[in-house]
Amino acid sequence: MHYYLDFERPVAELENKIEELKNLADGRDMNIASEIEKLEKKARDLRADIFSKITPWQKTLIARHPERPYSLDYIDLLMEDFVELHGDRRFADDHAIVAGFARFQGMPVAVIGHQKGRTTKERIERNFGQPHPEGYRKAMRIMKLAEKFKKPIITLIDTPGAYPGIGAEERGQAEAIAQNLQGMFLIKTPVISIVIGEGGSGGALALAVGDRVLMLEHSVYSVISPEGCAAILWKKNGSSVGQKEYENASEALKLTSQNLRDFGVIDEIIPEPLGGAHRNRDEAASAIGAALSRRLDELKDKSFDELLEERYNKFRLIGELKEENQ
Amino acid sequence: MAWFKKEKNKVSKKVKVPEGLWVKCNSCKEIIYRKEVDRNLMVCPKCNYHFRISAGQRISLLADNGSFTEMGQYLASKDPLNFKDQITYKERLKDSQKKTNIKEAATAGRALIGNHPAMLVVLDFAFMGGSMGSVVGEKFVIAAEKAAEEAMPLISVASSGGARMHEGIVSLMQMAKTSASLARFKETGLPFISILADPTFGGVSASFAMLGDIIIAEPKSLIGFAGPRVIEQTIKQQLPENFQTAEFLLEHGMIDMIVNRKELKQTVIKLLSLLVEK
Ligand SMILES: [Zn+2]
Repeated sequence: MHYYLDFERPVAELENKIEELKNLADGRDMNIASEIEKLEKKARDLRADIFSKITPWQKTLIARHPERPYSLDYIDLLMEDFVELHGDRRFADDHAIVAGFARFQGMPVAVIGHQKGRTTKERIERNFGQPHPEGYRKAMRIMKLAEKFKKPIITLIDTPGAYPGIGAEERGQAEAIAQNLQGMFLIKTPVISIVIGEGGSGGALALAVGDRVLMLEHSVYSVISPEGCAAILWKKNGSSVGQKEYENASEALKLTSQNLRDFGVIDEIIPEPLGGAHRNRDEAASAIGAALSRRLDELKDKSFDELLEERYNKFRLIGELKEENQ
Repeated sequence: MAWFKKEKNKVSKKVKVPEGLWVKCNSCKEIIYRKEVDRNLMVCPKCNYHFRISAGQRISLLADNGSFTEMGQYLASKDPLNFKDQITYKERLKDSQKKTNIKEAATAGRALIGNHPAMLVVLDFAFMGGSMGSVVGEKFVIAAEKAAEEAMPLISVASSGGARMHEGIVSLMQMAKTSASLARFKETGLPFISILADPTFGGVSASFAMLGDIIIAEPKSLIGFAGPRVIEQTIKQQLPENFQTAEFLLEHGMIDMIVNRKELKQTVIKLLSLLVEK
């Protein structure tokens, strides 16, 4: 049984019916088999139709889909010999970020990603993918190890944002993020960042200063969540904001992978299976794997100085400016 | 931006508090005679609350008289998202320009501070909450790059709600861009002094503002990553009394010192004379 978003309801009905028929027929009745086939095609077409015109808000919901593969799922599907490393050596181990070394297509790499939980218990343990400062500090520690051992770094981005809490502030959330942003411009090894779900503001960017920045087709990346933006900008005196304002805000924020490619903020959109990565994890993972290996190959012959120079220029040039006399 | 050159860096009489003869202090809520606050560098004589001041006033406070020359003053945002909420971003920019008499939230330029050459970047909270979009990011980076090129220390004064959401992802990327410029600037061996004024939050605190070699805050300034209301809504408990104040940050080891406005320039001069070879 799949989890369906509201706008997928028409497909859900069809697919449930197909399930029912399959249970009924046991695959032997030819009439029912051909009926199933017809319905399956209809469901596929309907899904394709729905997904050809999804709104930015719907994309946001897909990016947060409870069945969407998370960092550890992709690590499992794409890599071997993963050894997770823990702790920032200062305060704690943050479970909202996982980090370690693994083998990707035979090559040792460092892999660092935000991690959300699937069950209620896991979600709490992973703090809903919202890191504390120690998560960012752990990430930087592993990046420095990767530099030292001359291994490329792969970062997977999937967070609603850095955690807004008392402890996080006491221990310097702003400073931790800032140090990663600065530090990643000095790491002498290739860095590839992939937004796999939610790219939530500074808490996402703190792992995403890559030589190449890629996004899964239905992931989103934004300076603020549509809900946060709506609460600030769409709130009229006393009125509460809801669905409609979230639609407006997500439209205005231009947060889809297509928008970001148009802005030149990302280098590539990795296509997802119809209906989103969770509908076919293997297919999603293999698309990521193909993009990763192509991008790693692109970077492997560059000197470290070249890498740093190009990384600097990549971000240095982002900005939409004009000159205006008075 | 000719207005404070014309005034030869004298502290502008335009203040960022309600008009009239009397002002109410944000902190102690006392009603105070405006002239008394003006004379006291916009600091409450009753409780030492440091009122928010304009970029022009801040430059007058720090730069030697008439020494400031602005850079990047013609830079303007292209409104990359063509953003519109209840009004358009373009209109918001115009309103802010009218209200503050400056073109953008950041003012950057070369200055002498106690005769020490220094590069200065100042945010003005009155301009769209001092928020960082393309222009603020670019001005900061130009300042850092020029400072490195001309072997000058870099000084910034932050006062900002964070990234400017009207520029979406482009504003988020200014965090990376300003931090990148500091990664390079720090290789020069010259100091970057970051001064935090009330308030400093979000994309500004989580980028250049918290990256100072030396971080100075004004008394009672609110400084943090997430805003207090967001935190309260998330954790559903009351926040500690002095939470996110400069004093709280000092106690938690996040800043080097808290300095009264009337001693700010002298403190900067002392640091420059200790750290920069003439
Ligand atoms: Zn007062």
